[in-house]
Amino acid sequence: MAGELKIRVNGAERSVNADPDTPLLYVLMNDLELKGPRFGCGLAQCGSCSVLADGVEIRSCVTPAGSVAGKSIVTLEGLPALYAQQKGLAQAPALHPLQEAFVETQSLHCGYCYNGMTIKGAELLSQNPAPSEAQIRAHMDGHICRCGTYPRVMKAIQLASLKIAGGAK
Amino acid sequence: MTRRDSVLPPVFSRRDMLKGGALVVGFSMSGAARAARGDASGPPAPNEIDSWIAIHADNTATIYTGKCELGQGNTTGLLQIAAEELDLGMAQVKAVQLDTNITPDQGATSSSSSIHRGGPQLRAAAAEARQELLARAARVLGVQTGSLVVNGGVVSIDGESAFRSVKYSDLIGDKPFKLKFTGTAPQKPINRYSLVGKSPARVDVPAKAAGQYTHVHHLRAPGMLHGRVVLPRGQRSFGAGARALEVDEASIKHILGARVVRKGDFVGVVAEREWDAVKAARDLKVTWANGPELVGGANLFQSMRASRTQDAEIAKKGDPAAAFAKAAHVRSSSYSCPYQGHLPFAPNCALADVTAERALIKSSTQDVYSSRAQLADVLGMPKEKVRVQYYEGSGTFGRSCYEDASQAAAILSQAVGKPVRLQYMRWDEHGWDNYGPAHFAEVRAGVDAEGNIVAYEYDGWQHGWTITSTVSDSALKRPGVERAGGSGSITVNPISTGSMYKIANRRVTSHGVPMAGYLRGAALRSPLDLSFAFASEQTIDELAVALQMDPLAFRRKNIGDKRWLGVLEAAAEAAKWLPRVMGSSLSSADVVTGRGFALGTHHVSYGAAVVDVEVNKRTGLVVAKKLFGAMDCGLAVNPALVENQMVGQMIQSTSRVLKEEVTFDKRAVTSLDWNSYPVLRFAEHPEVVPVVVQRMDEPSTGAGEEVMGATAAAIANAFFDATGARMRQFPMTPERVLSALNSRT
Repeated sequence: MAGELKIRVNGAERSVNADPDTPLLYVLMNDLELKGPRFGCGLAQCGSCSVLADGVEIRSCVTPAGSVAGKSIVTLEGLPALYAQQKGLAQAPALHPLQEAFVETQSLHCGYCYNGMTIKGAELLSQNPAPSEAQIRAHMDGHICRCGTYPRVMKAIQLASLKIAGGAK
Repeated sequence: MTRRDSVLPPVFSRRDMLKGGALVVGFSMSGAARAARGDASGPPAPNEIDSWIAIHADNTATIYTGKCELGQGNTTGLLQIAAEELDLGMAQVKAVQLDTNITPDQGATSSSSSIHRGGPQLRAAAAEARQELLARAARVLGVQTGSLVVNGGVVSIDGESAFRSVKYSDLIGDKPFKLKFTGTAPQKPINRYSLVGKSPARVDVPAKAAGQYTHVHHLRAPGMLHGRVVLPRGQRSFGAGARALEVDEASIKHILGARVVRKGDFVGVVAEREWDAVKAARDLKVTWANGPELVGGANLFQSMRASRTQDAEIAKKGDPAAAFAKAAHVRSSSYSCPYQGHLPFAPNCALADVTAERALIKSSTQDVYSSRAQLADVLGMPKEKVRVQYYEGSGTFGRSCYEDASQAAAILSQAVGKPVRLQYMRWDEHGWDNYGPAHFAEVRAGVDAEGNIVAYEYDGWQHGWTITSTVSDSALKRPGVERAGGSGSITVNPISTGSMYKIANRRVTSHGVPMAGYLRGAALRSPLDLSFAFASEQTIDELAVALQMDPLAFRRKNIGDKRWLGVLEAAAEAAKWLPRVMGSSLSSADVVTGRGFALGTHHVSYGAAVVDVEVNKRTGLVVAKKLFGAMDCGLAVNPALVENQMVGQMIQSTSRVLKEEVTFDKRAVTSLDWNSYPVLRFAEHPEVVPVVVQRMDEPSTGAGEEVMGATAAAIANAFFDATGARMRQFPMTPERVLSALNSRT
């Protein structure tokens, strides 16, 4: 039965009226009206719905909303602020360096998978600011792009890595 | 915020939805006599300039195109064409989303036609608008039009200071042209282009990267319900549809507020909360009719080959039989190419609001006007009362289930009297796609001792395409409708099958297979060209090996067209091709490498590819390591867009030739998710080097599909180079690779 659920999303305590078994994705999309996390398969196979839970990428389509109590959820919308926090910046940038790199490399086509690409790529860069090509390939392997933009996601992650090293803009 | 977002906000009041009133673009009204743009059912008259272009008071322009943004960047390319002709900057032009009350009917956004066929229309309309603006400016400035120059929408007198000038906005700002589109206005000479041929950044990218773009999936409406279709897992034989014999509505009683909707054989559910709709669709007990059997995946190609076909000779020249008799070397083989899915990364989705009076459907269709007609049919309403607005979905690559999602949302909304947002589930999209049809080929080619291809025969078997959707077929209780022409409606593409070579004796025959017992089919990006190239270009390579010739030298000798030669040389140069005989330096190592070449196209552009592969002979795993592609699509309006499309095509083609296959038994389709239908993943993706062969003096032709066939065939040729074995079937799965390696002679 539906009841009040409290979850922490993008730094704010949110209260929603939802069954705790409801996958987190539906709460984020419909109750909190966020555009980042989105439905792709509902099976944790594609990475469309990715969010960070305490900094670790999870698949919100198979994560019950009731199971993330006490965790800090960050969606695409909260990524620039998280980056600022991680880097000790006074102010959150408009975009995460990886998002800037996606624009500069004109990498995306339909852009639907880029929620997951951005979340997963940002997770990698937060753990390893200078990943090798092999490390990027391994880390990103759970994220499918149907338009075939993998080579430019690769380039963008490498570019974002340089941006971060070059002064954390 | 993007331009698109500023035009159509994602959330509408119900009143706004019904009025479609959120469209801000309109003419300033003088009295009530003139209706606002969008009030009346379209399409707007194509012979009126006002249907294509509006110049605003702030000296910007809105360009109305009938081609939709699918992630290919055509919006940017079309805006460049219009801005070039109008002498405006990119920041001064914007597009609106497709809408059957607003945008002109330029036909479907398919066959890579946006720039190829949509571009010239738009260029002509812009030229006509510019001619009118110059005539007005000449009157204002008191000079002849010939002495005027335009820069950024400011008209001044050539050679004079900008002291005497007038802006477009002063000449017409926000008022209609009331001008007939005659198509006779002079167009800017290509040598004066300053924007076309350059690569301004895509207009849709910033919002997409920021996560602020509005895909169709993001749309919501106040008071709406969430809907899902209820379908058996995996489609049955074409024509059998999904026929519910019994629906046990009590089986979802435990889901409060969930409700079943039936129309004909269509079954759907609605609920206030999306998760409840998902659960209701999952839990609803339905007894489905069995219908006729499928031929089954195991018997697919034998069945097609043995089928009673409708045959058509697509190309016939000379006397192939006599030429084969005299040939020095002949190579022939058969090829088996699978069904493959469109399978957009996000299952299709639509938002519908249907009342007794009118219907508004927001859809990711590739053709708003065709969708409107189909929706009117399903809803039992005249099409003038149905309005379809386009919102981008995730990459669709042809006719995925977008008509199904739109129709299902509309049926549910009509039944419950509220707006309904409906999304397919992964298994619905995988299981009920209109797949790219399977293909079986028998190819034979012969050369003389001097290396001239003297004879060529291609026999291809495939069934046609359906033009209706599963949802409309179910709701209206009618069998699936095949494209006019029936089993002979989809034929072998003669361009992809040897046309690039000077062959005096050539026959191409298409064998149309009836669809009963097979799956629903429809155009999948570069329809069947991967299959044609896979079969044809391997045969050409085999002739080169028979002659102990370098495959490029062999092709150079036989190519009859400078543009085919052009892409061959461009790909060869990018890859630093070193001449050699394919398969002549085999290694006994477990992991071996090879390099291959092939040509291919879809309609009129020219594609070539060089591919480096790595083959693990123990596991059978083939990995494409590096792809070099060359494309000549005439005048590339925005070369960076073409490069980006080439990257996508070549990765997708790699995925299709190495991984993708729809599986099915005699009962139903069994590949229902990304595990049972594997695709190329991040870790295995090749590096891609795209080369655009720019030809400013040739008409622009398609650039969204034309290098896929070459890529697929080059992978197969590279595999041979690495192993000395030929792959006669794709996808080139480890099992098939090991089998090919074991049967090497």
